[in-house]
Amino acid sequence: MSNPQQLRYSKEHEWLSGAEDGVSTVGITEHAANALGDVVFVQLPEVGDTVTAGETCGELESTKSVSDLYSPVSGEVTEVNEDVVNDPSLVNSAPFEGGWLFKVRVAEEPADLLSADEYTAFSAG
Amino acid sequence: MTSSAPRHTALDALHRSLGATMTDFAGWDMPLRYGSERDEHNAVRTRAGLFDLSHMGEITVTGPQAAELLNFALVGNIASVGVGRARYTMICQADGGILDDLIVYRLGETEYMVVANASNAQVVLDALTERAAGFDAEVRDDRDAYALIAVQGPESPGIVKSLTDADLDGLKYYAGLPGTVAGVPALIARTGYTGEDGFELFVKPEHAVELWQALTKAGEGVGLVPCGLSCRDTLRLEAGMPLYGHELSADLTPYDAGLGRVVKFDKGDFVGREALRVAAEHSNHEGPRVLVGLIAEGRRVPRAGYAVVAEGKVIGEVTSGAPSPTLGKPIAMAYVEPMYAAPGTEGVGVDIRGSHEPYEVVALPFYKRQK
Repeated sequence: MSNPQQLRYSKEHEWLSGAEDGVSTVGITEHAANALGDVVFVQLPEVGDTVTAGETCGELESTKSVSDLYSPVSGEVTEVNEDVVNDPSLVNSAPFEGGWLFKVRVAEEPADLLSADEYTAFSAG
Repeated sequence: MTSSAPRHTALDALHRSLGATMTDFAGWDMPLRYGSERDEHNAVRTRAGLFDLSHMGEITVTGPQAAELLNFALVGNIASVGVGRARYTMICQADGGILDDLIVYRLGETEYMVVANASNAQVVLDALTERAAGFDAEVRDDRDAYALIAVQGPESPGIVKSLTDADLDGLKYYAGLPGTVAGVPALIARTGYTGEDGFELFVKPEHAVELWQALTKAGEGVGLVPCGLSCRDTLRLEAGMPLYGHELSADLTPYDAGLGRVVKFDKGDFVGREALRVAAEHSNHEGPRVLVGLIAEGRRVPRAGYAVVAEGKVIGEVTSGAPSPTLGKPIAMAYVEPMYAAPGTEGVGVDIRGSHEPYEVVALPFYKRQK
């Protein structure tokens, strides 16, 4: 699997896009999606919620387990992906594209986000 | 569970070449899934699936008093099982607590094969060995003598038929006969843990790869896919089949688990007899808790150990839960207080990490195949 170069990554296996007008997109990585197996339920933050980097803001359920969703950045949620709420399998089939989770107006970014190459090494370890 | 390195089945390299996600299960490194576990589940319901179950524990019991020994050691009437037939049964402690659930195959007049869960195989072997004292019978650890490959699903008879001359039409559910499949000597059993028609093929480990490949090829045209333990669990849950460590434990008798029918008193003495007679009498009234099915109204998934709630109090506990691919909703098995056990009981929920989600109480199983 390959992690897109233009994204940055958290050690909780979320990805973050570059900001457009101050708004970034958040999702989970293909590595995380594969580890979860078929995702069957996604609980996302609501538009207007404030999320904090490294803190839980939702959950992902798969056949075998439930996992917390962590926000890779702090800020205000501007949009959530209703398609993925209705069809959680998008997280598995297109984790970096149609399976994105929410958009956030970034207030603060942690210093320890990883590049694609760093994340690839981290997730292989 | 020991801390030693996990054991590998004879098919280990093959699983890895298929890209399986592996998991530790009872000390064995087993395939959890090869791709999507939901697709694997649906393949078994509608076409066919291929499983490596070589972690299951085979124990052979032979000798002039093999039947008498098993009648004493197990709760069922094993002496009444005909040659070539199999029986679902249990082994209990003296206090009636379940040590394991088993399938016993009668291979000959004086030869049986007992198949135990991987996690309990040593316990069962030790108990059978101890209980064999005074019987003219031998208990043999055959865990390493067999690989076990299962073919399950509506297309499985056609697939196996294409590879054997054995009389599969004459092989009924819960029967087993020795034969040859794809040129490999096998015990062909019509058993399974999926709620579908299917076969379990016990072969020598050195023949496992050859058999797996032949079955894969024979199933190509009808949608056979390799399947991992993840979908095996959702398949058995939909079929309402208990899993040791979840619905069954040493703290429960077969009656507590709603499976008192496996206990037979019309035979001689057996381990647990007195305790189970008491349990049987109590089961005429209602036991402390009853095993029921729960279907979610929402989409959050109940997990083993979650509390079942009603009227603001805990009235039971989930033993197994998963998203059901067939129903398209989360389902669970749970032990609940008798007054909440009737199908359709109002106001029952599951505490899912602090929020009470509504659930419908239903009779088991969730799924029954059309014959």
